[in-house]
Amino acid sequence: MPSIAKPPVRHPALPVNELGLTERDYEGPMSTLCAGCGHHSVTAAIVRALWEVAVPPHMVAKLSGIGCSAKTAAYFLHGAHGFNGVHGRMAPLATGVAAANSELLLIGISGDGDSFSIGIGHLVHLIRRNLRMVYIIENNGVYGLTKGQLSASADVGSTSHWGTAGVIQPIDPMLLGLSLGATFLARGFSGDKVQLVPILKAATGHRGLALIDVISPCVSFNDHEGSTKSYRFTRDHDVHGTETDFVEPRPAILAAIGREGITDLTLHDRSRVRARAVPQGYDPTDRDAVGAYLREAHARGEVVTGILYVDPSRPTFHELLGVVQRPLVAVPYSELSPGSAELERFAQS
Amino acid sequence: MTGDVLNDFCIQAATVNGSGSQSSNLVITKALFHMGIPVAAKNVFPSNIEGQPTWYDIRVSPQGYQARKRTVDILIAMSPATWERDAANVRPGGAVIHEAALPRFGAADRDDVSWYPVPFARLAREKLEAKPDLRKYLQNMIYVGVLAELIGLDPAAVEQGVRDQFRTKPKAADLNLAAVQIGVDYTRDNLVKTDPFRVAPMDGTRGTVLLDGNRAAALGSLMAGCTVLAWYPITPSSSLCEAFIDYAQRFRVDAATGERRFAAIQAEDELAAIGIVLGAQWAGARAMTATSGPGISLMAELTGLGYYAEIPAVIFDVQRVGPSTGLPTRTMQGDLSFVHTLSHGDTRHPVLLPGTVIEVYEDAQLAFDVADRLQTPVFVLSDLDLGMNLWMTAPLPYTERAVDRGKVLDAEALEQVAEWGRYRDVDGDGIPYRTLPGTANPRAAYFTRGSGHDEHALYTEDPDVYQANVDRLRRKIEGARTLLPAPLIEEAGTRVAICAYGSTHHAVVEARHQLAEHGVETDYLRIRGLPLHPAVAEFIARHDRVYVAEQNRDGQMEALLRQELPGELADRLRSVRHFNGVPIDAEAISDPVLAGELAQREPADQQAIETDRVPVG
Ligand SMILES: Cc1ncc(C[n+]2csc(CCOP(=O)(O)OP(=O)(O)O)c2C)c(N)n1
Ligand code: SF4
Ligand SMILES: [Mg+2]
Repeated sequence: MPSIAKPPVRHPALPVNELGLTERDYEGPMSTLCAGCGHHSVTAAIVRALWEVAVPPHMVAKLSGIGCSAKTAAYFLHGAHGFNGVHGRMAPLATGVAAANSELLLIGISGDGDSFSIGIGHLVHLIRRNLRMVYIIENNGVYGLTKGQLSASADVGSTSHWGTAGVIQPIDPMLLGLSLGATFLARGFSGDKVQLVPILKAATGHRGLALIDVISPCVSFNDHEGSTKSYRFTRDHDVHGTETDFVEPRPAILAAIGREGITDLTLHDRSRVRARAVPQGYDPTDRDAVGAYLREAHARGEVVTGILYVDPSRPTFHELLGVVQRPLVAVPYSELSPGSAELERFAQS
Repeated sequence: MTGDVLNDFCIQAATVNGSGSQSSNLVITKALFHMGIPVAAKNVFPSNIEGQPTWYDIRVSPQGYQARKRTVDILIAMSPATWERDAANVRPGGAVIHEAALPRFGAADRDDVSWYPVPFARLAREKLEAKPDLRKYLQNMIYVGVLAELIGLDPAAVEQGVRDQFRTKPKAADLNLAAVQIGVDYTRDNLVKTDPFRVAPMDGTRGTVLLDGNRAAALGSLMAGCTVLAWYPITPSSSLCEAFIDYAQRFRVDAATGERRFAAIQAEDELAAIGIVLGAQWAGARAMTATSGPGISLMAELTGLGYYAEIPAVIFDVQRVGPSTGLPTRTMQGDLSFVHTLSHGDTRHPVLLPGTVIEVYEDAQLAFDVADRLQTPVFVLSDLDLGMNLWMTAPLPYTERAVDRGKVLDAEALEQVAEWGRYRDVDGDGIPYRTLPGTANPRAAYFTRGSGHDEHALYTEDPDVYQANVDRLRRKIEGARTLLPAPLIEEAGTRVAICAYGSTHHAVVEARHQLAEHGVETDYLRIRGLPLHPAVAEFIARHDRVYVAEQNRDGQMEALLRQELPGELADRLRSVRHFNGVPIDAEAISDPVLAGELAQREPADQQAIETDRVPVG
């Protein structure tokens, strides 16, 4: 299927951001995913978030592995370089890009198959490295692109399109991230752009790795009765762990947490999400408490969303590497070669 | 003393891994070197940290032969487990220095060698003022003294060797010198020399240094402007990466801020290592990784991505013995055909084949240029012998060179281009123009993918577009034939030739002399890269028989040659294979070539010459 370009018409009245760019400037070519696929909405949220924070498109590197989710890296920000690699290996590619050019904002799009199975070894180490990257997992509980096999995020008992049920404990990337010392953990729902956009905006401002698990239903293979990654199930069980108003300056995001009560949100498709606020005093910097809360919520069958954990204190990849402030790609050759005199001295010693 | 063998023999130290014998052996090697005697050292070690037998062969030869020698003239026997076998291996007329406590019966009971029993353990216990744990190491330094006294090593050269070895620890140097002296004194007072081996200073090492190929590769990469190293430890390539980090710490750290102008990333595995390299190169940095066979296997899929998406990468493969874990600490040229076409689908990668330490250094630099020029992964194929053993080499030269970053369009250059497509062949050489992320030009962005793409990097499954694209890739890689070094040819117009590549070179040098002594003159073709340079076929066409010598079971280079050459030329090839894991020696080549040539002369005698080790044909 050839990729379909969108007509480059621009409405003169479209609002512009700080850079004078319209939201259309943050879009990409037409998607080839199934109509109704959750991944579309994630793409739309990314477009909105990047436009709102006014990231210069050419300073973004989009990265992905392989899967329906991975394809969406093409469908936003046509003005940025993109790299759709191989299945499960986005993290190493990202590590290399970050090492070479520390000024780029990395946006990675992965799937639950891509990240929790074939690529989990890399994900684990990416979290440990804490490089500056917005890492989005479009989590649908199945392998969409290979037609609906259950993935490692499928809950026990959740049935596949083909009737088999998950029997092994699923991987929860939030708990995984907590255990590895992740510095920014959030969960969203593709059906809740109101919540997702501020999460994404906050993530772009994080100096380390922002891991965002987005429940993103696969309408073709995992949106049926019995699935725990369907639109319906997610809506019915979504619990906003934190309020995610996006407040500038970015660190202030931590302040807006912990209101009591139940909030009903109307989604873009007019369905409603029942969002029970977390208990008073939820502290997204308290690793142990967050972990306990997530485990309890999971046991209750709840899907906790929001910015769940933040630790801005840990050193980033570049600090750990001890590299120059400038991007390595900007260091001229004259500063890289030891030069003849040095080499001569070296040869003598 | 029976006769006199001067500066031309092989010493084998059979010791126990982890006992410090490596230092002793390096001291001997350096002392010989300081005396001006050409020396070649081969460490034949086990895959083990402590307690297994290990061998170190030190060869001296006035001609400066660098290949391993099969015969052992002087054995230093310190390893109880292999003692009998080691002693049985010594050639008649040889000498054995051994721990006196080792029992002399069985295979070790022979009267055609000179025996020098030395109570190393007792001497260490009684004479060394050191803690017991240190004594274990120093005990091995005693044999340096015994050997020095027996063969006539210059004490000043030995001292220089010790001081070199313990450059950063003067106290340790003194302790070790004391241990050497114990060996010297014991020998003087208790042993009578009955063997013929002796050394005398000569002028055979001037203008050379002792260096291993891995260090040369590391320095070459640094000179090439490599800024990102990604690696996963594996013998025998780890020391390459560690050397790169060493050099970079020395040359690439800002004195004022302590900031580094390089990123060294120890990855979670080799998949990640090559992935990091591709990511960094895609973003415009020169990046490399080094590994060995098992790592190469893991890199297959991503190498194919680099090939198809056209991303430069430099991969050093320091080959070891496979398949699988194989013999992890032994040497082989077993990855040649695998790396050349690594990954699924139609792929083909330029492969550089250095045979000397200098060539490793030069090829390291060239590899980055070729990778950038062709926008594709490039392999440098070394091996454990070349990479980890010490070789006599001219010092690595500083080469004033323009770094070739290939066809990269920056923001301004892009302004000048009317129509730009990431995969358009504008110049007719199959090489497109690329842009880097971060380029401030709205036309710079494109979407890199390992799936089907057209000239503008857009997704397509169109049959014609696919075919045209991979055909362009084929043409592009064809260009490597003349970008890589031409083969080295030594030709005097005979009809018989030897063809080799990589570290096999050193055995060929010697084998050709041996053959000449038997009246068989040979020409020599040394291949320096894949895909093959046109001069290779031309050379073969000028010869009737070409013996392709290599260190693998299946004759991988010979097979590649057969694939490419017209049948009439392919028929001229003979395969000479050595694949037991120890570095190839001259006889492994001269024996089968001689047999082949004699058979040629007297067909009736075909059975007369038997070679026990190496299949011919
Ligand atoms: C090495 C390798 N193995 C298998 C595949 C086949 N494959 C393509 S996508 C995919 C799973 C995708 O699932 P996920 O990452 O969850 O993405 P989704 O399609 O669900 O968005 C698989 C197994 C592949 N491309 N490469
Ligand atoms: S198969 Fe599922 S995940 Fe893939 S595009 Fe269709 S709905 Fe989306
Ligand atoms: Mg999925």
